Amino acid sequence: MNLLEKLDAAAAARKAMLPNGVGAFGVPIEEVYSATEARIGDRRVILLGTNNYLGLTFAPECIRAAHDAIDKEGTGTTGSRMANGSYSGHRALEREFADFYQCSSAIVFTTGYQANLGTISGLVGPGDTVLIDGDSHASIYDGCILSGADIIRFKHNDPSDMEKRLRRLGSRIETTLIIAEGIYSMLGDQAPLTEIVRIKNQYGCILLLDEAHSLGVLGETGQGLVEKTGLLKEVDFITGTFSKSLCSIGGFCVSDHPQLDQLRYVSHPYIFTASPSPATIASTRAALELLRKGSHLRKQLWDNCTQLYAQLQETGYELGPDPGPVIAAILDTPQQALLMWNSLLEHNIYVNLILPPAAPEGKSLVRCSVNAAHTPEQIKYVGDTFAKLYPVVTS
Amino acid sequence: MSENYNEIMQLLCDRLSSMTNTGVQVTAETNLISQLSIDSIKLLSLIMEIEDTFDVSIPINALADVQTVRQLADLVHKIKYTSE
Ligand SMILES: Cc1ncc(COP(=O)(O)O)c(C=O)c1O
Repeated sequence: MNLLEKLDAAAAARKAMLPNGVGAFGVPIEEVYSATEARIGDRRVILLGTNNYLGLTFAPECIRAAHDAIDKEGTGTTGSRMANGSYSGHRALEREFADFYQCSSAIVFTTGYQANLGTISGLVGPGDTVLIDGDSHASIYDGCILSGADIIRFKHNDPSDMEKRLRRLGSRIETTLIIAEGIYSMLGDQAPLTEIVRIKNQYGCILLLDEAHSLGVLGETGQGLVEKTGLLKEVDFITGTFSKSLCSIGGFCVSDHPQLDQLRYVSHPYIFTASPSPATIASTRAALELLRKGSHLRKQLWDNCTQLYAQLQETGYELGPDPGPVIAAILDTPQQALLMWNSLLEHNIYVNLILPPAAPEGKSLVRCSVNAAHTPEQIKYVGDTFAKLYPVVTS
Repeated sequence: MSENYNEIMQLLCDRLSSMTNTGVQVTAETNLISQLSIDSIKLLSLIMEIEDTFDVSIPINALADVQTVRQLADLVHKIKYTSE
C-alpha cells in the first residue's frame, strides 16, 4: 500500500463505521449570532458544544481591546517570541498570568496545544519518565512523544494505580514528571488532586497540571482545580489555554520554579512558531481581567451545569461522574450517538459527537458544553429535548 | 533462555489466547496486530495487565517496535531483569 492508498483505507474504515455520520465532524457554522446561538445550514441553533464557558466571545471589552490592538500594532507579529515576536503586550500578559497564579514566572505560547508540547518537551527528555493519566489529551501525549521520555500511563483518575506505577520506577522517580488535568474534556470529571499531590510529595517528583477546561470554571477567582482544592503551591507547573474560557487562541505555562524561563531557550514549540497576534493578546488580557472578577459568571455557569446535569440524570442518561460544564451522555454504540446528534440538530441544538477511539473505553459520547450565557429557558429546552429523545435513541 | 523468560512467554500466550478469541493458536511468532487484530486500545489495556502481572512499568513508546509475542516477551524480560 502506498501512502495515499493508506489514507484511502483509513477513510473507508471511517465511512464503514458510520455511513451517514461524516457530516457530524467539522460541521460548517454559517453565522454566529451570540455566545449561545448560531446558524447551521438554514437552522438557528443553540450552541451547546463550544468551550466558551464564561460566554465571553462577544464581550465588548475584549472586542474593543482587539480592535485597538489591530489599529495600533497591525494584524500579526510575523515572527517568533525569540526574534521579532515579543511585543509589550505578550510580556504584559505573562506578568498578568504570573500575578493571577501568585507565582514568579509565566510563558505565553501560540496555542494551548503548543503550551503542553513546549512545556513537556522542555522539562523531560530521553532517559526521563512521564507518568500520565490514561485519558490524557492528545497535546499531552504528543508533548511526551516529542520529548523522547519514556511514557507510562496510569488508570484514569486512579491515584493508587498511579502510586503503584511510580513505585516501580525505583531510582528513576527522581527524573519523573507526573501529568494530570483539572477537568477531563471527554467526561468532564476532575482529577483527584489532593491524593495526587500527597503521592508526588511523598516520592519527590514534579507535577504538571493542565487547567485547560477548569480555568475560569473552578475556584473563587477562576484559577481552576488548584484553587478549588487549595493546592496552588503544591503543583509545580500549570498549563492552560486561551481557547476556552478566555475566548481567543493561545496557551500558557506558569510556575514558581525559576527554571521555567529556561524553556524559552530549549522549547521548539515556543521558538519555531510565530507569536500570537496583537489582537489575540489584547482580547486575552481583557478576558483574563473579566475572568478574575467573574464570580457572577461562574455562578451562572454552575447554575446551568447543575440544572442540566440533574435533568439528564433524572431522565436516565448515563453521564460522567461529576457535574460540570462538560456534560457527556454516554451511549453504547456509535449509531445511537449519531442518531442522538442528528435528532438534536433537528431540534436546533448543536452538541459534540465523540466516537471511538476518541472517547474513553471505546464508548460513544454526545457531549454538551454549558456556558454562563445560556439562559434558563435554553437549558430547560435542551433538557426537555434530551428527555423527549431518550426513548427513541435508547430503544 | 532462562526459566524467567519461559514463564513470561507462557503467560503472554495464555493471556492473549483468552483475550482475543480468534481461534488462532498463539505462539512466540504470532503477530499481535495482523494475526490477533489487537487494536491500540486493546493493546494498552493488555499492557496494563501485563505490567501488574510482572510488577513492571512498560513505557508505551517502547511498544512501537513490538509486533510479535516474542518481541513483547523480550521487552518485558528486559525491563524486569535488567533494571533491578
Ligand atoms: C486538556 C486540553 N489541553 C490542551 C488543549 C489545547 O488547547 P488549544 O485549543 O489552545 O490548542 C485542549 C483543547 O482542546 C485540551 O482539551
